[in-house]
Amino acid sequence: MTSTQEAAVVVPDFGDEDTDRKICFIASKGTLDMVYPSLVMANAALGEGVETHIFFTFWGMDIINKETQEDLQFTWLGNTAMHPPGKKMHMPQGLAGLPGMTGIATKMMKKQISDLEVPEVPEFVQMISDAGGHLWACKMSADMMGLTDDDFVEGVEGIITATDFIELSEGGQVIFT
Amino acid sequence: MPVATFAGNDVTVDTEGFMTEYKEWNEDIGSFLASQIGIELTDRHWEVIRFMRDDYADQGTSPTLRRVSAVGGVPTKELFTLFPKKPAKKMAYVAGVPKPQGCV
Repeated sequence: MTSTQEAAVVVPDFGDEDTDRKICFIASKGTLDMVYPSLVMANAALGEGVETHIFFTFWGMDIINKETQEDLQFTWLGNTAMHPPGKKMHMPQGLAGLPGMTGIATKMMKKQISDLEVPEVPEFVQMISDAGGHLWACKMSADMMGLTDDDFVEGVEGIITATDFIELSEGGQVIFT
Repeated sequence: MPVATFAGNDVTVDTEGFMTEYKEWNEDIGSFLASQIGIELTDRHWEVIRFMRDDYADQGTSPTLRRVSAVGGVPTKELFTLFPKKPAKKMAYVAGVPKPQGCV
């Protein structure tokens, strides 16, 4: 070191003083590519010490349903932005409709996600719950799909109505995914 | 880069106070940094810190929370108890490695 600045010890600001920041995600999709946005951001928020809630509704119920969460699928049908990793070409839409193609596309996406050391959905949901995230199931969706508390993974705190969600999200930031 | 004196050692830090030189760290510094952020280190904390150090040396990047739990074997819940509120950053700070860069 040539120029040394001997100064009082600087301690990083870890924001330990209580914050009233709160983030509430609405997870409404059940396709593999669309469940990650809320999971990744909720996990990041928890890592920053922010009170975090996820309200699962409609197809998003599949994320917390024991029967389905391991088996979320991906298709590029209807997604014109899909191109193979590192290539400029677009995948023909018609190809996505061929039998077996959803399985292949799902497998490829799962591999890419796993290569980044990002967990699969069941482990991710567990991780968020362990980190103190609050998970809620939507009452209307549960009624439509004939689901009860027993159908959901551990960590889901309850089945709540839209009104309950509006109440619990008071003062928080709400993000729809 | 500013130089700070931690537990009698001159070390290089960034503007936030994170150490920037892996080799300048020692366990006394680790204890000192922990005390700066109100953490008293137990054996379990040390397990995490050693994993952070070893994994950084091995991988060239700081492990994320998920890696500390999946590979290091300390469950997520416990990490939030050992290093409350912002575990990933606090663990990196005490272990003298950069803040983790991964999103997860």
